[in-house]
Amino acid sequence: MSTTSDLAIHVVDATPTQPWHKPRVEQRRDALVYLALAVVAYAIVMVSGVAGPDGFALVFFIEVLLLTIFRSRGIGKAKSTNAIVSTVIGAGAVVAFAPWMSIFFSLITKGFQGLYFGFLVRDMRVTTPDDELNMGGIGHAIIGSMLMVLIATIITLPLGILSGVYLTEVRGRLTRVVRFVIQSMSGVPSIVAGLFIYTTVISVTGSFSGFAGALALSVLMLPTVARTAEEVLKLVPEDLRAASYALGARQWRSSLMVVLPTVRSGLTTAAILGVARVVGETAPLILTALSNNAFKFNPFDGPIASMPMYVFGMLQIGTEYSLNRAWSGSLVLMLIVLALFVTARRLGGKDKR
Amino acid sequence: MHVVYSLGDRIFRRIVTAGAVTSLLVLALIGLFLFARGVEIFRDMGTKFVTGTNWTAGSEDGVLPAEFSIGPMLAGTIVTSLIALFFAVPLSIAGALYIEFFAPSKIKSTLVSMLDLAAAIPSLFFGLWGVQVFSSMGERWAALTSNYLGWFPLFKNELDIFGRSPFIAGLVLAAMIVPIITSVSREVYSRTPRELVDSCYALGGTRWGAIRAVVLPYGRSGVVGGAMLGLGRALGETVAVYLLLNLVFKYNFNILESEGGNIASLIATKFGEATPYELKALLAAGFVLFLLTLTVNMAATAVVQRTAKAQS
Repeated sequence: MSTTSDLAIHVVDATPTQPWHKPRVEQRRDALVYLALAVVAYAIVMVSGVAGPDGFALVFFIEVLLLTIFRSRGIGKAKSTNAIVSTVIGAGAVVAFAPWMSIFFSLITKGFQGLYFGFLVRDMRVTTPDDELNMGGIGHAIIGSMLMVLIATIITLPLGILSGVYLTEVRGRLTRVVRFVIQSMSGVPSIVAGLFIYTTVISVTGSFSGFAGALALSVLMLPTVARTAEEVLKLVPEDLRAASYALGARQWRSSLMVVLPTVRSGLTTAAILGVARVVGETAPLILTALSNNAFKFNPFDGPIASMPMYVFGMLQIGTEYSLNRAWSGSLVLMLIVLALFVTARRLGGKDKR
Repeated sequence: MHVVYSLGDRIFRRIVTAGAVTSLLVLALIGLFLFARGVEIFRDMGTKFVTGTNWTAGSEDGVLPAEFSIGPMLAGTIVTSLIALFFAVPLSIAGALYIEFFAPSKIKSTLVSMLDLAAAIPSLFFGLWGVQVFSSMGERWAALTSNYLGWFPLFKNELDIFGRSPFIAGLVLAAMIVPIITSVSREVYSRTPRELVDSCYALGGTRWGAIRAVVLPYGRSGVVGGAMLGLGRALGETVAVYLLLNLVFKYNFNILESEGGNIASLIATKFGEATPYELKALLAAGFVLFLLTLTVNMAATAVVQRTAKAQS
């Protein structure tokens, strides 16, 4: 601003400010402060009796909380409460998410060691759990799981879709009861499902089998499939039904040829979510399918291996290599669940468009 | 309105109804079969089946009578589940609030889908993780608790062995049910009418002010429903508890001592070498567990469905 002329107009460049955003400088300062706090926390963990990642997290949290309290002096009670509670909620969320983050992390780091191509295609016929990690695999368990899940899907999918259609299209007298029972059924403990199949099937046929395992899985899968089917059928616009009635279609034609085809990918999603729900179930298989060590393709021929039972068995043996095998098997299983989820999400997105 | 259905429609409706009724029947049959097989035990043991203290198959010649009671295991089921709820509910509420109101919008959708995936982690992995990764940390916490709070009966531990206790099993169960409770709560919170939250801000309220005044009361019953769903899962969990808890058949309310169990893990443990009579007792135990979880789940379902209806 020049002082040479009194007439000069003061020109101020109006730079846009975003008061709700912290300026860059402040962000950088915050990052530095947090880094400093982390270093202090680390030093405290090193020096004092507090130990481990949990100790570090606790010290760090206390520091941040103190800092928040310190900073929020004199800005009014409401604002300072807000700042403090926000810190606490953030910390709570971190603790809530930590276990499964830790599970994903351990699955990858610990499961990676025992992984090699043969792991997916070999079985444990000639390999003992203590053998080197480049021998044997879970091929037989993958096949076993696939067989059981496939049978369970074949049984469950029609029943689940029929239940969904009943709830959205037919809407008979039992609608509320069916919806309520299906919802409650999703809470049946998996071991109870196993016991049920044990008393009804295995005590009659006299032998454990993959088929019995599949039946137990069906009981657990049905609620998921039925509920998802109902959800996707609900999304079908009422206009579509009205239009098909207007064209003279009866209810059965409009349901079978108009409503169901429009949600085809949604129903696939229902099946996939059902599979993801049961593929990792262990408890019912302890009572129905047990496990074995070799490839088996006949679900009616005695005990059959599955991925969760493989992991469970290896974990119980508890030696170094068997634990490695357990983690690797878990990693493969988790990747399968992940793939199922991603597929379901892709398909789910399709119907909405 | 009276609707006249054509023949094709009637057949179609019959078939669909039959399918839906089959789904109903499955649930009824589970209860019926378990009860039918276990009824002999209920008759023989009477109320002692729930209140007694022993689980012995007896000697084969019948000198030592068989005695089956799930009392300690029922207590263990409830103790571990309550520990799980105690930790899981506040954490889940914090998690749900964080995702819904605090998380930067960029990572919000990622968090939501990761939460879905977390809810699908097989319980076996929680057992595996609990045994291999978490127990050492949990044992340290247990030792600390016992050091400072050991005078309180609940935290008494005279053996100085802290592994495989109801406390640790309960913590792992908590980790297991957090994703379920979080996702139910988050969904309820996300249905809070936007204009109510905004009017809080417009009145000069802070974020926490809006949450406390509007979001929390609005979502309360939904959170209760979610917590009960989580409780149902914790009550019926088999593998994680089986792997993380020393099955000792006695009432144990000192949660830091390494003994306890729950009904589901009892079934999994005793199942392999059970005598025919004991097997019936296990089925009866299964029936009790079935009733317990079904009650909890039906209540949860009623609560969740009612709030969903009230809010929509």
